[in-house]
Amino acid sequence: MSESTTAPTEPGRITGVPILLDGVTKRYGSKSAPAVDHLTLEIPAGSTVMFVGPSGCGKTTTMKMINRLIEPTEGSIVIDGEDVTTMNGDDLRRRMGYVIQAGGLFPHMTVAANIGLVPKMLGWDKQRIAERVDELLELVSLDPDSYRDRYPKQLSGGQQQRVGVARALAADPPVLLMDEPFGAVDPITRQRLQDEMISIQNELRKTIVIVTHDIDEAVKLGDWVVVFDEGARIQQYDSPERILAEPANDFVSDFVGSGAGLKALGLTRVNEMPILDAVVVTPEDSPTTAVQKAEAAGHGHVVVLDRARRPIAWPSVAQLRRATALPTRYEPDLPIVGMGATLEDALDTMLVSRAGAALVVGPRGRFEGVVDIDTVMQSLRDNRGAADTGRSPVGTNDAEARIEVAPDTGEITLITPDQVGTGRGRYDDGAAEPSRSDADEGSDSTALPQTSGERP
Amino acid sequence: MSQLDTEKTPTEAASKTDTGLEVDRGGRASLLLYPVILLAILGALFAWLYTRDLSDTEMVTLTPGELWSMTLEHLYLTAIATVVVLVIAIPLGILLTRPPMRRFTTPVTALVNFGQAAPAVGLIVVFAFWMGFGPTAAIVALVVYAVLPVLRNTMAGLDAVDQSLVEAGRGMGMSAAAVLWRVELPLAVPLILAGVRTALVLVVGTATLGTFINAGGLGLLITSGVNLSLPRVLITGSVLVAVLALAVDWLGRVVEHIARPRGL
Ligand SMILES: Nc1ncnc2c1ncn2[C@@H]1O[C@H](COP(=O)(O)OP(=O)(O)OP(=O)(O)O)[C@@H](O)[C@H]1O
Ligand SMILES: [Mg+2]
Repeated sequence: MSESTTAPTEPGRITGVPILLDGVTKRYGSKSAPAVDHLTLEIPAGSTVMFVGPSGCGKTTTMKMINRLIEPTEGSIVIDGEDVTTMNGDDLRRRMGYVIQAGGLFPHMTVAANIGLVPKMLGWDKQRIAERVDELLELVSLDPDSYRDRYPKQLSGGQQQRVGVARALAADPPVLLMDEPFGAVDPITRQRLQDEMISIQNELRKTIVIVTHDIDEAVKLGDWVVVFDEGARIQQYDSPERILAEPANDFVSDFVGSGAGLKALGLTRVNEMPILDAVVVTPEDSPTTAVQKAEAAGHGHVVVLDRARRPIAWPSVAQLRRATALPTRYEPDLPIVGMGATLEDALDTMLVSRAGAALVVGPRGRFEGVVDIDTVMQSLRDNRGAADTGRSPVGTNDAEARIEVAPDTGEITLITPDQVGTGRGRYDDGAAEPSRSDADEGSDSTALPQTSGERP
Repeated sequence: MSQLDTEKTPTEAASKTDTGLEVDRGGRASLLLYPVILLAILGALFAWLYTRDLSDTEMVTLTPGELWSMTLEHLYLTAIATVVVLVIAIPLGILLTRPPMRRFTTPVTALVNFGQAAPAVGLIVVFAFWMGFGPTAAIVALVVYAVLPVLRNTMAGLDAVDQSLVEAGRGMGMSAAAVLWRVELPLAVPLILAGVRTALVLVVGTATLGTFINAGGLGLLITSGVNLSLPRVLITGSVLVAVLALAVDWLGRVVEHIARPRGL
């Protein structure tokens, strides 16, 4: 597992496995142009890879070949070092989560039954399934007691999508495939779901492939972004920063569109910048104690937390002086941002808040600290010069290209025709690669980034 | 699939004897009211019948025992024919909606359509000449006649299942058979049952014709009523067939109400 190609920004242990598409082609009908044309693509363990590109370019086809909902015409799929091209498709799919637009929940089954489907197929006992269902509902921020027995039609679109994600994660698969998962919800819900996805991924570190139309979403969620053209031809496979800052060609820059500079705000996340301490109290404390604590720390506000360390209120010292007891009710419009929120979202929240700052919460809504506008600006300036380390994953449509897997580290290197022979023992899975004499794509279709980008 | 048999009044088959009852088919209340009305009609029929002086022939034909055994014969024809229809039409409908079998859909539905378009009397007589007079020929004719609604609704029900749900099922590792049993069929149940109810009512009405080929049933009352000019016998036969058809329709609705998957 090549840890050097991933960018663990959070302490979460990598539970994903690497995926390799090796010279994969898909033709629907023998005469038509291939929907996916000799695609070789490395998806590093524990990273989120976004597929973007115009409609019909082969994103969905590529993704569905990974879990073999669509069988490749040529080439092989290697997951965690194992060629899965010939194994039983149903068994393969039980080991992968799959999320489709609008959740794809079965309307005649309760939320719990929907989530428990795969564990049931895998033969888990009832007790274990029930516990897992509750655990997953919590993970996707739905209260188990009020949601587990509902039917899908009793949920909002966003809630259905959350249950869809929970269902895909049920048997704790190392790989999650999502086809336009947030395409069917309104922009506000979409943003919230994206943020949740980021914090879930920070916790679980699966290998995730997400298909999207939306370059903003790609840049926000992805560790790596693949920009495809017709036939799943890779135009650029790079870190979001580099896709925005250095588009490989006109196709990519057209696709990224204007405002790339502003989009960079959407790249940095709250957990990547310094988070300030705050004075915290519990509702049982007296307002006087709270004022004393705040003054001792030289702060103008205190944060009231519940037992699970979730923020209840954020009163100022002036408000505390007038109060007889600390608030116990959750204040509805607290400026709260998740650890995974982008600076763009954080700025947005802060501008609305009177304090010019926002409360940062981690997994399960636990309070982590405070961010303010100054820190955001400072960290933006710092990030400009962030150093790139590690290497980019491999991706090409060159029919002549071969890949080589280092036996010890599992690291993958690409060998283009002119380099063949220099490799230390070629990667060979026995799959017959047709010689493409009519190959119109030269090495110019190879989109290996010259330098590599590690997420800061 | 221009006309599905969900909301079409399935009592049309028995329209010769339709009582013209207008029942709201939506609510639970109407489901409870329905049998009460049917019992009231039966009560009125017998009250009217036994307060008249009946001729000897009428006496013989209209004894409760005689009526009861004719009703049982009628139900026998109906039940067997319906079971055979289900056994043929539902698996056929499933088969024809599987992707590899799609190309047979048009020829098979054309054939089945032909079965229903042929006049029922004609079918019964043809089968009787072929297979001999008696209940068997009647049942075969009824089956041919009633396969269409069940087949059509089974296919429509399965076709109406959102393909993305099938994909979601396969995507999480369910086999094609598991998706069929646990997703497609449960979701198609309401439409399939509506088709079954239509077929049942159709069969109850058409089984009246069984009497022409010695298959028994309540049709005897109607034919002898006409042939021997016994209006009371004729009326009794017609009302009994109508009540039977409506009762079967009611039963079908109750089953649909209960079997409808929750959450839809
Ligand atoms: N089942 C199929 N039969 C024939 N052609 C297909 C089939 N599925 C997809 N295609 C074709 O393959 C190409 C790629 O389709 P694919 O669905 O992968 O595109 P996509 O990138 O996911 O597009 P979108 O963004 O619109 O979802 C398209 O030209 C499409 O018409
Ligand atoms: Mg698609």
